[in-house]
Amino acid sequence: MAVNKNITAEDERFQLLDEFIDEIEDKKSSLINVLHKAQEIFGYLPLEVQKHIAEKVDLPLSEVYGVVSFYHHFNLEPKGKYQISVCLGTACYVRGASKVLERIKKELNIEVGETSEDTKYSLQATRCVGACGLAPVVIINDDVYGRMTEEKVPEILEKYK
Amino acid sequence: MAKIVELITENVGKVRPDSLEDYLNASGYEALKKAFKMTPEEIIEEVKKSNLRGRGGAGYPTGSKWEQLHEIDETPKYIVCNADEGEPGTFKDKIIMDKDPFKLVEAMTIAGYTFGSNHGYIYIRGEYPLSKKTMQKAVDLAKEAGYLGDNILGTDYSFDIHIRTGAGAYVCGENSAQLNSLEGKVGRPRIKPPHLAEVGLFKKPTLVNNVESFAAIPYIVLNGGEKYASFGTKESGGTKLVCLSGNVVNRGVYEVPFGTTIREIIYDLGGGMPEGRKFKFAQIGGSSGPCFGEDKLDTPLCYKETGKNGLIVGSGALLVVDDSNCAVDFAKCISEFFVHESCGKCTMCREGNRQLLRILTRFTEGKGCKEDFALIEQLSNVLPISSFCGLGETATRAVSTCIELFRDEFEEHIEGKCRAGICSFSEGGK
Repeated sequence: MAVNKNITAEDERFQLLDEFIDEIEDKKSSLINVLHKAQEIFGYLPLEVQKHIAEKVDLPLSEVYGVVSFYHHFNLEPKGKYQISVCLGTACYVRGASKVLERIKKELNIEVGETSEDTKYSLQATRCVGACGLAPVVIINDDVYGRMTEEKVPEILEKYK
Repeated sequence: MAKIVELITENVGKVRPDSLEDYLNASGYEALKKAFKMTPEEIIEEVKKSNLRGRGGAGYPTGSKWEQLHEIDETPKYIVCNADEGEPGTFKDKIIMDKDPFKLVEAMTIAGYTFGSNHGYIYIRGEYPLSKKTMQKAVDLAKEAGYLGDNILGTDYSFDIHIRTGAGAYVCGENSAQLNSLEGKVGRPRIKPPHLAEVGLFKKPTLVNNVESFAAIPYIVLNGGEKYASFGTKESGGTKLVCLSGNVVNRGVYEVPFGTTIREIIYDLGGGMPEGRKFKFAQIGGSSGPCFGEDKLDTPLCYKETGKNGLIVGSGALLVVDDSNCAVDFAKCISEFFVHESCGKCTMCREGNRQLLRILTRFTEGKGCKEDFALIEQLSNVLPISSFCGLGETATRAVSTCIELFRDEFEEHIEGKCRAGICSFSEGGK
């Protein structure tokens, strides 16, 4: 995951994004798809990226910002290399998800919504990822860990150093 | 003894999701071929006879929805599949998309043909990246083989399916909010009327059905609506996918005929509580559904009986909670969810949920008081009538049913006591 606080208009990654946008017929209605792609490329959606998208799809910046800030998936701030999501849906909750979350907080010394100082880890609480049969569930980037217990936390975090 | 039937899950685990050949060998696309020989009116008649009702949660009769759209002359019409399965504890649509994606593609094509629509959209929640990949692959393969795209199976009918993903907003499960999101906008619900059948996606007549509702269509077309309906009760036709989760031994998705009791689902299929724990309560229909105790376990799962007992069928989520859990902290967990997910459009939903969470947090810290019960009751009365969409209408249901069931536990928390030992009153209570 690319993390770069200084994204300028000359950033060559904009070209990648433009290629994606140029392929789309109806640009305005595809705004959410474009934002997904932009976040995949840049890691998050800073103002520079939003401005670029607004111009490219011909929408006011305010509307682009409105969409970015409405949906939980879009990040205005850079995230850590490893994004840890703890499911706090009810099915995970009754199987002890809060204890797992507490343990992760303690191990990494960060709160929900925070990124560790070395930008290695971000921690978030999600609401039901549809893996209720495996509850409680923790997701780190694309890896899903089911039937989690607080005891398993250190061992799993060890893989993401 | 509860029995499992396989009307819509017949292929799950038996076909490879990326193999059109497997799907064809399992009688795939026979329904579409049959539909092409039927008139739209005949297809709609079968859907009406099936007694199928919306499986996303609202339970609106699918046949009526189809009939209403059919009566509208304006074109183009759009077919939208609501795959924004956001109701906590629900994971049935995921099974269909991940294990039998061609069934959904076929079903939407039948719907498209029925309404003369050339474009369908599947709105998949952002939390399901795998489902998106699997569905896209199925759409591509179907297109390559002539089951989608121009002149399907040599007819003059053309239909294409576009896959779109959400971005983490529970409210987008509401059909009108979803259409806004599909248009690339903020996903807040629209005022109704006009209904989506008249003014839907891009302001055009639109059909929005849930994944599970669509998945029943091939069976209904192929075997007739009456056959499908014969599996359920008199009013509730067919089967329901039930998502059993929480403190039970065998968690998972089960397809059961309507009329199966909740007790049968939890104990026969789910194997009851693990590790010798005791049943405390269950919640049906997801976080927006009511909580209920042992006395309602013999309620048959069907729209009529659940309604009579203050329960719902909803999305089919059935969450079992054992005695190791605290009812107050559980209510707080649900409340946090609604604070997080309220779209902010209606003041009472936005602010009321926030107040409710503050009160419940007080309880879990041993700082609640007797007067709080009246405040909670007030909020539970006002939110449903002053909110615009289902989110605000149902946001307080779990909390108020929890208090009805466990008022004594809430009162104990005022005294700084949590019998399950979940809430810590480290700050010295009140």
